[in-house]
Amino acid sequence: MISLAGRDIMNAWGKFVFTGLGLGLLIGVTLSMAGIYRGMVDDGKALLDNSGADLWVVQKDTLGPYAEASSVYDDTWRGIHAMPGVARVANVTYLTMQVRQGDRDVRSMVTGVMAGEPGTPGWPPYLVAGRQITRGHYEAVADIATGFNLGDRLQIRRNHYTVVGLTRRMVSSGGDPIVFIPLKDAQETQFLKDNDAILQQRRRTTANPNFNRPQIPGLLEAVIALQSSNAYVNAVLVQVATGHDAEEVAQSIRRWKRLTVYTRSQMEEILIGKLIATSAKQIAMFLVILSIVSAAIVAFIIYTLTLGKIREIAVLKLIGTRNRTIAGLIMQQSIALGIIGFVVGKITATLLMAPIFPKYVLLEPLDSVIGFVAVVVICILASIFAIRAALKVDPAEAIGS
Amino acid sequence: MTGKGIRIEGLKKRYGRGDTAVDALKGVDMQVAPGEVVGLVGPSGSGKSTLLKCLGAVIEPTAGRMILGDEVIYDNGWKVKDLRALRRDRIGFIFQAPYLINFLDVTDNVALLPMLAGKSNAESRKQAVELFKALDVEHRAKAMPAQLSGGEQQRVAIARGLVNRPPVILADEPTAPLDSERALAVIRILNQMARKFDTAIIVVTHDEKIMPTFKRIYHIRDGVTYEEAGEGRGFD
Ligand SMILES: Nc1ncnc2c1ncn2[C@@H]1O[C@H](COP(=O)(O)OP(=O)(O)OP(=O)(O)O)[C@@H](O)[C@H]1O
Ligand SMILES: [Mg+2]
Repeated sequence: MISLAGRDIMNAWGKFVFTGLGLGLLIGVTLSMAGIYRGMVDDGKALLDNSGADLWVVQKDTLGPYAEASSVYDDTWRGIHAMPGVARVANVTYLTMQVRQGDRDVRSMVTGVMAGEPGTPGWPPYLVAGRQITRGHYEAVADIATGFNLGDRLQIRRNHYTVVGLTRRMVSSGGDPIVFIPLKDAQETQFLKDNDAILQQRRRTTANPNFNRPQIPGLLEAVIALQSSNAYVNAVLVQVATGHDAEEVAQSIRRWKRLTVYTRSQMEEILIGKLIATSAKQIAMFLVILSIVSAAIVAFIIYTLTLGKIREIAVLKLIGTRNRTIAGLIMQQSIALGIIGFVVGKITATLLMAPIFPKYVLLEPLDSVIGFVAVVVICILASIFAIRAALKVDPAEAIGS
Repeated sequence: MTGKGIRIEGLKKRYGRGDTAVDALKGVDMQVAPGEVVGLVGPSGSGKSTLLKCLGAVIEPTAGRMILGDEVIYDNGWKVKDLRALRRDRIGFIFQAPYLINFLDVTDNVALLPMLAGKSNAESRKQAVELFKALDVEHRAKAMPAQLSGGEQQRVAIARGLVNRPPVILADEPTAPLDSERALAVIRILNQMARKFDTAIIVVTHDEKIMPTFKRIYHIRDGVTYEEAGEGRGFD
């Protein structure tokens, strides 16, 4: 027996290829959407991995530091450092803002990291160029996605920083590239008010008789200094010593300090379950809509192709072709269309679409497999209308009247 | 002649019901022996196509009997279960318009029937090509139907009707698109095939050119048949 579907496709290959191309672009968009979701999850995981932390110590009862604001006093780390099972501890701050360079600005997550040696929690684990921050002030390490180069002068609020090192794939959970600066500078940046506000506050403090007591020299200055410095960080990152269980260490920190502590897996849940949950739902809706549109297109095309073959189908029935064979002819064509579409879609998603999206697009092989199965299932379902029409054809039509 | 070929007794067909019912066949009697080619003629609307559709098992008669070979296939109801297999294996169709399958080449248009009956592709194509020699379309065996002339298409369609060696062939105006030489050639082939394979052939026709070739002609008028001796010239 010959393949009727195959012969018909060969005969009308132009129609199939062009429809397949159109469908393929749609499938490419669908795969890219899935890739964007995977990219967001991967960005989140990269953020957690690159922080080098096993535990995140944050303000009590918050989901900080990424999903919610969190402030922890910047001396807290000392107490944590003394606890058993703790290898390394570091303060960290995060602030998403526009970082200026020349006459452009780049949306970045400015991360304040403590001075120390490489491997300190919060430090970028490796650089693609340059060196780590060595001075306590006004140096920066930027992700290459910012577009900054070594030696560039960056402006963050009122301070200028020199780029001394470059990293790769250091991004926030929102996909913004990270710019690392010294912790002290970062704390100041978070807290920095404009000059007017500082003057106003100074004036009010001076006017307050509780603070301005000439009989206690230096009090007013101390109060003002306190007001204009920031003694808070967003989180304390903890590395657990080898041989210790992270959850046990987290328990003891929770017990002794009035703080909330998250392990790596809890942090991942917060990022994926809460922070990017809305975007994920948005993407899921897109996937559903794109699937429906693809199904409608396949159904329409296959239906039209089938209507164009009604006479042939009547003859086939008259000469004793089984309904199963005719249904198979239509379904195979539908699946063939889906396969052409999938191949085109996979190629366009990989070569054309993923590179031009601003956010990271991660095309997972498993998603492709799922996508392929979905395309085949959609094509089978979409062929049902055409198959019903074909099965209704009366073989008597072939005889004429 | 009993028990072979095809025999029809008191066949009736009513389309629709109630006020709008049409009695297309009102009691048709007909008998065609193996090896015989008979003509079926009648004015428009007399029931020719309806009769072919009943014989071809694509519509169900209302009453009567049809006997194909030794087997009663219809006796106030179908007596065979698989009408599809009946059409495939035991009835050949040749239509007014050739109705070839446009996405298959000429050979596979014909070879498809033996393939559907379970023969191998090679065997099926061999059978098709043998018929092409007899029908003078051998040189077009690899062409697509759209590339053939009307007459060539019709000869391919005839090959398709013959290829499974059915005991009965139903031909609806098979010579309509052909010139008189080709038309007579087709009738000659049908006569040869009828004798060679003991096939009973019914040819519905208006074609004056081929009328004299039939030995027997059935006239149908208002759903009733009358038998008449034809001139029967030409092919003995
Ligand atoms: N599906 C149908 N439903 C109702 N009436 C029908 C149907 N098919 C045919 N008829 C009627 O049955 C009668 C016989 O029709 P049929 O098609 O058999 O004629 P015919 O001899 O083939 O005519 P022609 O030479 O014009 O093809 C006609 O009156 C026709 O109107
Ligand atoms: Mg007719």
